[in-house]
Amino acid sequence: MTHDLSVIVVEPDPDRAALIVESLKAAGAYDVRVLAGVNDLAEKIRDLRPDVVLIDIANPSRDSLEEMALATGPLDRPVAMFVDRSDEGLTRAAIEAGVSAYIVDGLQAARLKPILDAAVIRFNMFSRMRTELETTKRALEERKVIDRAKGLIMKARGVSEEEAYALLRKTAMDQGKRLAEVAQSLVTAAGLLG
Amino acid sequence: MKGAVLSVGFIPLVDAAPLVVAQEMGFAAEEGLALDLVRAPSWSSLRDMLSFGRVEAAHMLAPVPVATALGLGGAGASMDVLMVLSLNGSAVAVNQALAARLRDGGHPFGFDDARAAGNALIAAADGRLRIGVPFPFSMHAELLYYWLSALGLPAPQGIDIRTVPPTLMADAVEAGEIDAFCVGEPWGSIAVENRVGTLLLPGKAIWESAPDKVLAVRSDWAATETALAHRLVRAVWRAGRWLADSDNRLLTAELLSRPEYLDLPAEVIDRALSGSFTISPQGEQRQVEGFLRFHQGAATFPWRSQAQWIAHQLAARTGLDRTSAMARTAGVMRPDIYREALADAGADLPGAASKIEGAIPARTPVAGGSGRLFLERDVFFDRRIFDPNRPET
Repeated sequence: MTHDLSVIVVEPDPDRAALIVESLKAAGAYDVRVLAGVNDLAEKIRDLRPDVVLIDIANPSRDSLEEMALATGPLDRPVAMFVDRSDEGLTRAAIEAGVSAYIVDGLQAARLKPILDAAVIRFNMFSRMRTELETTKRALEERKVIDRAKGLIMKARGVSEEEAYALLRKTAMDQGKRLAEVAQSLVTAAGLLG
Repeated sequence: MKGAVLSVGFIPLVDAAPLVVAQEMGFAAEEGLALDLVRAPSWSSLRDMLSFGRVEAAHMLAPVPVATALGLGGAGASMDVLMVLSLNGSAVAVNQALAARLRDGGHPFGFDDARAAGNALIAAADGRLRIGVPFPFSMHAELLYYWLSALGLPAPQGIDIRTVPPTLMADAVEAGEIDAFCVGEPWGSIAVENRVGTLLLPGKAIWESAPDKVLAVRSDWAATETALAHRLVRAVWRAGRWLADSDNRLLTAELLSRPEYLDLPAEVIDRALSGSFTISPQGEQRQVEGFLRFHQGAATFPWRSQAQWIAHQLAARTGLDRTSAMARTAGVMRPDIYREALADAGADLPGAASKIEGAIPARTPVAGGSGRLFLERDVFFDRRIFDPNRPET
């Protein structure tokens, strides 16, 4: 009989943390805890002695966990990163989804797999949401820049909005650039010239 | 020459400059390359990005490829070092309480004497010194261990060196988790600006020519993409030469300050480039020659002895056999690739692939291809030397 695996999730955002915990619990009977803070992370994890630590790859605190890979005393359980392990497909999926796992030495890959699978699905969802948000934001920003560029052309040349837009479009096509890039250059140049 | 896009990962630090300049100033384009510069959130993730092929080359802490070859830490794919990116460039800082105790003890914060600063630091320490470094395998950690143990403070009994990401260093100091830290610029200066730290010593006062960052690629990539590796080395070498011209300093600071690179004020970035430091929140000024080097004295040549010095230190600290550790890491540095890449580029190349580290008390001419090569001063603060053929002496 093996004990429930204990998992620590390092995640400062409480909503995200709750979603990760929920999906891990659904994947099996795990003792899941969340650490939100960044202070003394390695020390806190050492005290809690988990089997697995999951952390977002984009979290800069991840470097603090690397020192756990060096056992500092005879009683310390060395922690290895999952990329050391043989299942390269699963590791690659984890890295691409943006999650890294630190596991206690000797933990069987078969016991880890469901945890990692659940985490990968969850993190893929997060990264899709993030990409969508960024795309929307960028589109909004580009629209603003294009509007300003149009305004500048209308004022400088005394043309209509449609004509200004057509000119921007033609320039972008001639130069093989994106419309937003041409607009940005114009806005920057206008700013420099005062 | 066929155009190619290379993904190159970097950490937002002043010493990422050779990569940024290679792309922005057209040195990569001269070689038919476009560098897709990918900013990484941490050294461990950058190592994994390289390991799993998300990037082809990376700005890397010099000890990481050596540690990987020794199987230390999260291992991953074997890495080769095409060239050194920069020598020196870090600074040791103390929190304000420790700075006050150092001043009470009469330390003048000369910012140049490692022995005086180290002895003062040990005397002012209140219990075991807790010092933050950006990564367990970093020149920052190696310099601290070397410096403080040479002055009689043994590790790990006397010091607790812990990993704190540079962006969180100032917070960790404020929260009282660490007494001091050693970090690459601009993060020491940022702590001064945030009024939480005082700079105690530039890293170069401990070792004058410490290889701090390197350009790393996967070993299998170096073996199969040799022509691309040559083009990349030439582009980055030319960027380093451009960076060595002081006329280009302000433009460099402006480039690095852009949102996609460091996203920090150019004025703070310029301190490492000019060597003009504000060391304390009170505004004290100190000038450091050669704080961060990108070119002079064959600075980017990947000496085998540099990797061997690191291997020797890591082995001593982690209980590995030193001789076999040095043998296992002999192939990490690739002076052969560097030499082939720059054979016709007008670079002055040293004749040897290895040197005695710490054995150049003053700028010295050495045997090079054209006979015009000078090596810059290279000494450890305690004047020990490291001969890779006789490492125990």
